[in-house]
Amino acid sequence: MRSLISILDLSVEEIDQLVATGLDIIENPEKYAHKCEGKKLATLFFEPSTRTRLSFEAAMYELGGHVIGFSDAGSSSASKGESVADTVRVVSNYADIIAMRHPKEGAPLVASMKSTVPIINAGDGGHNHPTQTLADLLTIKREKGTFDNLTVGFCGDLKFGRTVHSLIDALTRYTGVKIVLISPDELKLPSYMKNALDKMDSISYVETTSLEDAMPSLDILYMTRVQKERFFNEADYIRLKDSYILTPEKLESAKSDMCILHPLPRVNEISVAVDDDPRACYFKQVFNGKIIRMALIMKLLGIN
Amino acid sequence: MLVNPIKNGIVLDHISAGTGMKLYKVLRLNELECPVAIITNAFSAKMGKKDIIKIDGVVQLDLDVIGYMDPGVTVNKIENSVVVERKHLSLPETISDVIHCKNPRCITSVEQELPHKFKLVDRENKVYRCIYCEAKSK
Repeated sequence: MRSLISILDLSVEEIDQLVATGLDIIENPEKYAHKCEGKKLATLFFEPSTRTRLSFEAAMYELGGHVIGFSDAGSSSASKGESVADTVRVVSNYADIIAMRHPKEGAPLVASMKSTVPIINAGDGGHNHPTQTLADLLTIKREKGTFDNLTVGFCGDLKFGRTVHSLIDALTRYTGVKIVLISPDELKLPSYMKNALDKMDSISYVETTSLEDAMPSLDILYMTRVQKERFFNEADYIRLKDSYILTPEKLESAKSDMCILHPLPRVNEISVAVDDDPRACYFKQVFNGKIIRMALIMKLLGIN
Repeated sequence: MLVNPIKNGIVLDHISAGTGMKLYKVLRLNELECPVAIITNAFSAKMGKKDIIKIDGVVQLDLDVIGYMDPGVTVNKIENSVVVERKHLSLPETISDVIHCKNPRCITSVEQELPHKFKLVDRENKVYRCIYCEAKSK
């Protein structure tokens, strides 16, 4: 019985297999319409996350399965003080697989230690969100055809952005990837991650504070939001915030086949004027997220 | 200064000078019924100064705790006044309930019964991370 807590729980071969299954689901959706008949997914969302929950639920319905669950801790036994371990021991009797979102970091790992059915981490605080990374990877595969030899720019909050950290972790396992870290000094990638990258031969990285300077070299631009609360003073935030907003003007120097990604929700870091640009792939990521969750549910249930 | 040899028990040798009392407390040696001697600032050709703990009784010690606190310690098991086993400790791969996770966002901050487990991620710099939230130990 396998669970998915961190993207690093999956080998490169397993990720490649999930992506291949995802591509086949897109090509032949009817083949998969009854794969999970008679199976139940429990979505245990101890904090609200409508988009992620709907993505999991849509994925299970499209596989012919059923969904039970709750969408905030107030409507679960957690509000009565029940532990995560007890909740999953109970729900394991009702469902064949569990997708869990929890505000506390490590809660899905605790659940996986006690559950008798597979656990999928659907986000634990600022820690891991592996199915977002799988959605990112499927999008990259569909748009670029490969994970190797890509120049990938990460822009915005690289210090606290869990999706950035997870995608970098995943990309380190492919060859010839060049990472461009674009952020204000206050929100640089943590040094422990840069130290780990320094030790790897397969990947290189550069840091810059200028999105414009980095733009021409990028095959992929992964945007994240620069949040006001991450700055010590408002003056610094006001000075820097516009530097990391993507506009059609900034895209003029970009490659014609560059791919723009964003984990969503977007606030203002990508101008809506960019949405009609063929390089904007962030809404395709949402579709790919549902597809890769279908592939993952089947894998963890042992369904081919 | 003379401390009598022990017949059956354990000698913790090569303790970094100044760490002996900390180990005494963490290992709760004050709760033992048998004689326990702590020698601090003893001469050591290798270390300059070292601490030594002698326990004159057959006891079980948590070697992971000792290894985490002071990985250079040598544990000598004595039977009938002879050293029958000598272990050179190193940093343990995992530790449980030795240190606590300080990350307020960690699941251990709200679920009190969970063991505080850490894994060694960087032996050179003695970096442990919480197995749940991966926060660095402090």
